[in-house]
Amino acid sequence: MLRFVVRRLLLLVPILIGLSILVFLWIRALPGGPAQALLGERSTPEAVAQIEHQYGLDKPIPVQYWRFVKKSAQFDFGDSTTTRRPVIEELGQRFPATVELAAAAMLFSVLLGIPLGFIAAKRYGTAIDHASLVASLLGVSVPIFFLAILLKYFFAVELGLLPTVGRLSVLIDVEHPTNFYVLDAILSANIEALWDTLKHLVLPAIALGSIPLAIIARITRAAVLDIQNEDYVRTARAKGLAPGIVDRRHVLRNAMLPVTTIIGLQVGLLLSGAVLTEKVFAWPGMGSWLVDAIQDRNFPVLQGGILFLALVFVLVNLLVDLSYAVLNPRIRLS
Amino acid sequence: MGRQRLRLVAVLGTLVLALAAAGCGGDDDGGSGGGEAKGGGTLVFGTSADPVVLDGSLVSDGESLRVIDQIFETLISLKPGTTELEPALAESWEISDDGLQYTFKLREGVKFHDGEPFNAEAVCTNFDRWYNFKGSFQNSSASYYWQTVFGGFKTPEEGSPEDSFYKSCEATDENTAVLNLTKPSSSILGALSLTAFAIASPKALEEFGADEGKVDEEGIFQPTGSFGTEHPVGTGPFKFESWTRGDRLTIARNDDYWGDKATLEKVIFRPIDDNAARLQALQSGEIQGYDLVEPQDVKTIEGDDKLQVLDRPAFNVGYVGFNQKMKPLDDIKVRQAIAYGLNRKEVVDEFYGGRGEVAKEFMPPEVTGYADDVTEYEFDPEKSKELLREAGLTPPVKIEFWYPSDVSRPYMPDPKRNFEAFSASLKEAGFQIVPKTAPWSPDYLGAVDEGKAQVYLLGWTGDFGDPDNFVGTFFQTPQKAWGFDNKEIFDKLNEAEAETDLDAREGLYQEANKLIMDFLPGVPYVHTKPALAFQADVQGYEPSPVSLESFATVTLGGDGEEG
Repeated sequence: MLRFVVRRLLLLVPILIGLSILVFLWIRALPGGPAQALLGERSTPEAVAQIEHQYGLDKPIPVQYWRFVKKSAQFDFGDSTTTRRPVIEELGQRFPATVELAAAAMLFSVLLGIPLGFIAAKRYGTAIDHASLVASLLGVSVPIFFLAILLKYFFAVELGLLPTVGRLSVLIDVEHPTNFYVLDAILSANIEALWDTLKHLVLPAIALGSIPLAIIARITRAAVLDIQNEDYVRTARAKGLAPGIVDRRHVLRNAMLPVTTIIGLQVGLLLSGAVLTEKVFAWPGMGSWLVDAIQDRNFPVLQGGILFLALVFVLVNLLVDLSYAVLNPRIRLS
Repeated sequence: MGRQRLRLVAVLGTLVLALAAAGCGGDDDGGSGGGEAKGGGTLVFGTSADPVVLDGSLVSDGESLRVIDQIFETLISLKPGTTELEPALAESWEISDDGLQYTFKLREGVKFHDGEPFNAEAVCTNFDRWYNFKGSFQNSSASYYWQTVFGGFKTPEEGSPEDSFYKSCEATDENTAVLNLTKPSSSILGALSLTAFAIASPKALEEFGADEGKVDEEGIFQPTGSFGTEHPVGTGPFKFESWTRGDRLTIARNDDYWGDKATLEKVIFRPIDDNAARLQALQSGEIQGYDLVEPQDVKTIEGDDKLQVLDRPAFNVGYVGFNQKMKPLDDIKVRQAIAYGLNRKEVVDEFYGGRGEVAKEFMPPEVTGYADDVTEYEFDPEKSKELLREAGLTPPVKIEFWYPSDVSRPYMPDPKRNFEAFSASLKEAGFQIVPKTAPWSPDYLGAVDEGKAQVYLLGWTGDFGDPDNFVGTFFQTPQKAWGFDNKEIFDKLNEAEAETDLDAREGLYQEANKLIMDFLPGVPYVHTKPALAFQADVQGYEPSPVSLESFATVTLGGDGEEG
């Protein structure tokens, strides 16, 4: 087990090096650069040259790359060209926002998706089953921004129940030592802030969680249908085990393997930021940060942000692999 | 069988929904809103982004300037809602006959937010600071306005302008500051109303390291001080309170303000970069106002009696540019043919939601130097064809027509629609259109700047109420985007810029505008009035053509009548 983990972690080194070269070359292959993007209608060749000099972009690419590697090894990704703040500092604000939203969305989709899938399988062929299939198809196919605007219109504009933008009401003051707003509210023992930040999570989590919800429900349904007919399930029933125990110990637990894989993949995706959800809910997370950075040709943010996400993605996958061993003792990690 | 299980599952399943549905203490998210009496209260304003930094001399983006305008003041300001100059921190001023010396009599009894006195020395400290900028502060994306107005710096970095209009600043007594220039420039007085030349507390500049920075191993200077991020100290009607990026920026009333004190206790700026999200946040009451309303949303807002729309006077120009380096545009007859072939009225009427007017020159009518009697080019496709034949060409004449994607500008909310309508009318006028497009920034702008676009859609929003900021920017020097070298126009604009007699100057700019519209380097087609949206009970916000707008006059809880 330990050897497995160490080997996977060591594998990170070539992955990150390869990726950093790719990212580095890719963003420099884009037409234009940060200088033109910053200057907009006001760009002149002199001004562009001046800014490129300041960011060291007038140096040969290998020199730039070496400088980048040297600095990122010390977790210094440089300063954002648009906000002029250190990339690492912005990352420290953006990533917790994304994690919080991803966690809420996953909670929503797992807590709702697994039971839905399970019920559909149990009621195979009935109206409930069909309804859940249709619902999950809808969940996958309705564009997030459209769902988001509908949710906001209904819950915020019409009913006035939930907020539409941001992570916390602007009238509530609370310290943000961790930038996980839920955690910050708990740490400062501020019930009002906690309630408020939870309310801010609801709509974005539903909008973002709709796709994983649908996927999880469908995978659960398929897995449960499959496993229900396995010999060992029949045996368990035949030996007179209570139906609840058969479902819990034999069906659901085995069905969790494919579901875990899917959840792992979805978590990886959600952590890389949800551009549309973040935009529509003015949620200051990774997705909108990186997309804006592409538009602004914000090289330092792109380089640092993408490398960091790659790291996260690999680590999440590692965790998923490890969780297999917990769920299924037959799998040996070696 | 399984009934218990089912119940458990149902409970689990509805837990999240219940959380959603029950998540409703009912207390509104936004500011104090409607019930509040006049005076006091908090206004939450939706912005499109965080400011970059709260130091007017180092930014040119609207979101930074909006906040800085509340905290800082300039020597000279503009009458609210106009581009007319009025005294601010300077009560009066005199210009020497040679145009090289500006003497400012300063307002007495003004204090910075940190309690320091405002005086002539403070003014000169600020001017000297700007002139002495080093390293990255000399970037034109940072000190854009200094470079536009005063030119270079004391010690120019590689690539910075060499010459400067600025010579020195002397505090001849406590309340008299004298600004000495190296050569006369007529645009300096007007430019001093720019937020870039707002006066900051010298003590705070020093204490919080406004000019401090580190030089990294590549020899590149990077700013490190906290003046512009945590401690911006000016003399304005609001004081900086706090800033959590991506979330909010709060300013609070300055109770020691020298002039009419603000009524609002606090203003909170909240970044919401998506337009639809800003509109919904206004509808749900989370914000009480926002800028940059999309033209298509204006009707929705006007139709809601809890909301109101305010107009900002037109201060921009949208135009079709020509690159004369690319044949046959070097022929004036072909340029005229395009001008007659553009159905500008149709585009302005159809795509600007009633917020545009057809432009006949490269600056809006509000700016001095606007000439009423320039050559005009009404849509006339037959005349276009005739002109093309006179130029020795046989219609259809092929031209490459560029338009940007992924962008909405006040002067072109939807470039593609403008392009399509113009293409249709040009086809009628004997042209064959080769469409070209690229994402706005930096691809499209890069292509235009480098002279790769033959005919293109572009525009400009003014920074300050001076003709130099419009036609001077476009036509005072040869530029690749236009691809022409017309000494007569360059000379006229140079002469106008140097003229310090205001009447003579206006005449020169009018002549320049006439020359330009005869020479036709491009075809201006629209000036637009951008819109702002507020809750109906927000009163006293006065939109300005140059977006120099104060929250000090704003009150909450009015009678809801639209202003």
